[in-house]
Amino acid sequence: MYSNLWLIPFFPLIGSIINGLFGKKIKNEAVIGGIATGLMFLSFLVAAQNFFKLLGDKEKVHELVIASWMSVGNFQLNWELLLDPLSAVMIMVVTGVGTLIHLYSIGYMHGDESFYRFFSYLNLFAFAMLMLVLGGNALVMFIGWEGVGLCSYLLIGYYYEKKSASTAANKAFIVNRVGDFGFLCGLFVLFWALAEKGVWTLNFVEIAESGHLLESGGLLITVVTLCFFLGATGKSAQIPLFTWLPDAMEGPTPVSALIHAATMVTAGVYMIGRMNGLFAMAPATMMTIAIVGGLTAFFAATIGLAQNDIKRVLAYSTVSQLGYMFLAMGVGAFSAGIFHLMTHAFFKACLFLGSGSVIHGLHHAYHHAHLHDDPQDMRNMGGIRKKMPITFITFLVSTIAISGIPFFSGFFSKDEILWWSFGSTRGHCLLWVLGAAAAGMTAFYMFRLVFMTFFGEQKTDARAKDHIPESPFTITIPLMVLGFLALIGGYIGVPKILGGANRFHAFLAPVFEHAQHANEIHAHGSHATEYTLMAISVAIAIIGIFTAWVMYVKNPELPGKFVARFAGAHRVIFNKWYIDELYDFVFVNPCKKIGTFLWRGVDVKIVDGVVNGCAWVVKGIGSGLRYTQSGYLYNYAMIMVVGVVLIVGFFVF
Amino acid sequence: MENLVQEAIQNVNLQAIMPSLVLCVFGMAILMVSVFSKRGSTTHIAWLSIAALVVTGFVTLIGWNNPQAGFAGSVLLDNFATFFSMICIIAAGLTILMSDDYLRREGYPVSEYYPLILFTTAGAMWMASGTDLMTIFLGLEVLSVSLYVLAGFFRNQTRSNEAGLKYFFLGAFSTGFLLYGVALLYGVTGTTKVDGIAAYLMANPEAAMNTMFIAGGSLLLVGFLFKVAAAPFHMWTPDVYQGAPTPITAFMSAGPKAAAFAALMRVTIIGLDGLQSELTSLFWILAVLTMTIGNFIALTQKDLKRMLAYSSISHAGYVMVGLVAWNEIGLSAILFYMLVYTFMNMGAFAVLVLIGKKGEDNLTLDGVAGLGYKKPILGIVLSIFLFSLMGLPPTAGFTAKFYIFAGAIEAGYIWLAVLGVLNSAVSLYYYLRVMVQMYFKDPEEDFAWVSINGPVTISIVVSAVGVLYLGIFPHTLMSLAKLAGF
Repeated sequence: MYSNLWLIPFFPLIGSIINGLFGKKIKNEAVIGGIATGLMFLSFLVAAQNFFKLLGDKEKVHELVIASWMSVGNFQLNWELLLDPLSAVMIMVVTGVGTLIHLYSIGYMHGDESFYRFFSYLNLFAFAMLMLVLGGNALVMFIGWEGVGLCSYLLIGYYYEKKSASTAANKAFIVNRVGDFGFLCGLFVLFWALAEKGVWTLNFVEIAESGHLLESGGLLITVVTLCFFLGATGKSAQIPLFTWLPDAMEGPTPVSALIHAATMVTAGVYMIGRMNGLFAMAPATMMTIAIVGGLTAFFAATIGLAQNDIKRVLAYSTVSQLGYMFLAMGVGAFSAGIFHLMTHAFFKACLFLGSGSVIHGLHHAYHHAHLHDDPQDMRNMGGIRKKMPITFITFLVSTIAISGIPFFSGFFSKDEILWWSFGSTRGHCLLWVLGAAAAGMTAFYMFRLVFMTFFGEQKTDARAKDHIPESPFTITIPLMVLGFLALIGGYIGVPKILGGANRFHAFLAPVFEHAQHANEIHAHGSHATEYTLMAISVAIAIIGIFTAWVMYVKNPELPGKFVARFAGAHRVIFNKWYIDELYDFVFVNPCKKIGTFLWRGVDVKIVDGVVNGCAWVVKGIGSGLRYTQSGYLYNYAMIMVVGVVLIVGFFVF
Repeated sequence: MENLVQEAIQNVNLQAIMPSLVLCVFGMAILMVSVFSKRGSTTHIAWLSIAALVVTGFVTLIGWNNPQAGFAGSVLLDNFATFFSMICIIAAGLTILMSDDYLRREGYPVSEYYPLILFTTAGAMWMASGTDLMTIFLGLEVLSVSLYVLAGFFRNQTRSNEAGLKYFFLGAFSTGFLLYGVALLYGVTGTTKVDGIAAYLMANPEAAMNTMFIAGGSLLLVGFLFKVAAAPFHMWTPDVYQGAPTPITAFMSAGPKAAAFAALMRVTIIGLDGLQSELTSLFWILAVLTMTIGNFIALTQKDLKRMLAYSSISHAGYVMVGLVAWNEIGLSAILFYMLVYTFMNMGAFAVLVLIGKKGEDNLTLDGVAGLGYKKPILGIVLSIFLFSLMGLPPTAGFTAKFYIFAGAIEAGYIWLAVLGVLNSAVSLYYYLRVMVQMYFKDPEEDFAWVSINGPVTISIVVSAVGVLYLGIFPHTLMSLAKLAGF
């Protein structure tokens, strides 16, 4: 039935191998980009075919075993893929947005000297990400999990000659290792705990079936899920491990859009969704997730208020939106979280690609005028809407969507999350307050970005400002498609209260409903409350937009006064609450000191001494034994005879 | 007398020896073809031999799950024999693929070389399928005599002559032990059949204390231990491996060694089952001795062929760990290991064949300096083989060792597994040293003479694919190996 599922990750893998091995010889950008994008598109077609097949299928869970991996005792591990509504949504997002971003990259990376390397990495990323979402057991998922981490590292450090890029790549990798450690610990404990009950498995379907063997709300399940959650905070940039994501913007912009906004960073949310049965059984973990998600949404939004680098604003916005998704997962609104994951993929990819289009245009203009201004600094922009109309319109649509203005995609998903965080049996009104406040700030900083970039006077250097071109069609087509999706993508999940059928929720229900019923998770409250909350959050968003308009269009001198007035507060959020400095002080520097001690004191003196001593002894034995090999036949024969005598003697005595 | 002849004729079952029969007929036909061929042109002979092996392979595979006994119970073509025969066929095929260009380079394009390899393989197949000590001996002799000639094939090279001669003398010496052992066993039990000996031992448990029986059994074992190069009967290996033509060295380390293990397993597991506790303690000691001696001396070697010779001794030690375990996992792991070892070791030798110059004086540690930069693909492939020999994942060397040690642990020999793993750690040093030379030393040569267009490349690719495939998907082969156990 679904036997061609393996083709979905296979196509990008082939693309990565072809471009990786032969890209240098092919040289032709059109061919390299065509191969990568074409294969990604094929993968999308197969994904779409499977998606629609699943849509019409009564049976919603399908496993495809590709090969046996290992079998030890009772434990059987396969290379297997799992298609259910959850992974079906994910493969559509990954291959769909992935294809568009591949197409975009052809234009964006034009002229780069290692064009082929970029596409090889990008394809490899798509392969790893698809393994992650399609993996039928935790180990296949882990391979994808590590694979996307590797590709993220390679692509953040793509401009490896730049010191800041390679440092950012290292930071991302190391911070993610902390999270991966949590993931692995969770995996080990879960495996051990289930094995204790006689179930030897890592298969997701079997884990879901035997989750009830563990004590609901018990210590064991709490530890397991907390470990997994630690893994999720690393990959999805949540408190406390969010610091790498803003630095990851050192990578090329399509990478930021694909990996650090639309797909990889949502892996943590996906993973919680995949194991929702376990998480639902651990109320303490759920509460932790909700609080961490809410706080991340709030704090990242505050930092976003004061940044001047266009990509950094979007980076903090991403962290903040991921916070929403975790908030949703934490209050048990699993399908709402995945819904927001999808709409966010549309509008945030569009925003990143739009910012890339702006950067690309400015870069071109500066290059033309032989200037070295920073093309990412919003203070050098302004008035670009006339120069780049398509970029502007798509960007505006996505901004409205992320701000939560009714009838754009972001509104439906964000509103569902806010409603659940208030009304869910696992929710709390304070969580709603965090979310609503973050929504207001989101509207503010996003429109601040739009106003600073596209409206007002052109602040670009006079020599360059007339040379900003609209981007080529490979860039504008993805923008238009994504902008369109950002506009209408929410209509598959219109809530019942607004007269919709919430088909998205119904589609995902087979994955989540069981855990929600079994653990009594549901949202309750009157329609009046729901309408009121909705009205408040829309009002907050409009206030945010209005404030931004007042400050950055009507009275452009206002922000300066504002900063002067609240210099202390501004400094704190401008410097990202000094979190990086705090981590340097608490973790990085002590680790370095301990490391230096272990190196100079323990490693060089003790460990090396022991190792070299052993090596010396072993080598000595080796050279000694070598002399038995005299080369003379009679010696050899003699040793044989001795051997025979010893063996016979061994048996006789 | 008449009756006996009658019975013998009835008992003839040609299907039981069909694979080796086909191979021998092919071998003799190819000898005839070479008589009518132009001197010095051997390429078509090589390809004919490959064809012979392919046909033999198919004939052998017919025997899978279709055991055939024949010749009054002297031959049994069961899954076990089929599995080992396939290993020998694969080894012979890889050898022939790497030989043609090599023989021309070294100046010995002589066509007898190929039929000799086929006869060796036929002998190996008899050893694997023999259930009578005389059949096994016959196979051993056919195999050995052909190998003596092959080891000394470069008759104008001192080193090759030395190899052939040493192998012959010491081989003859060990055959003497073996035959004497057979005679003593016959004297006690009145039979040379493996299951006959087992039945005798079952009926007369006190035979385990009979000096003549024990001496016979020990001498028999010595004959096989010599062939698998277990310490202290390993002394011939370095000299012979170093001097013999490189493809033959590769072949000896895989095919004939697998056949010797097959015979050793059949004789001990089936025939001497009653002596299990004594035999396992003996093999325990020999396994540790063998891997330790092999690994420790390999540390000091500078010549790559000689280093691989010691490495092959140590691998025989690992394989014997499976014999100590004497359980399903351990014994089927031996089958698995021998096939994996065929791929990884012959792959490594094939790379050496490729990068050697005439006379092969450059096959030293210094000789491969910078290879990884000058010939990147070759460097990567050799690294894969070395990683596999070390036993690191995701290569098949890892899974093979894993199964072997798992068998030992299951049987309760935890310390043996620990010693085995420690030995693997020691072996990292000399394998990694090759890679250090390849990647961390500046190239002294440009390796311009290395051409990867010949059939050697096929054997390298096949080996590399085998090593990686069995490393990632070991399960299928392992379940086949389990089916091939006793």
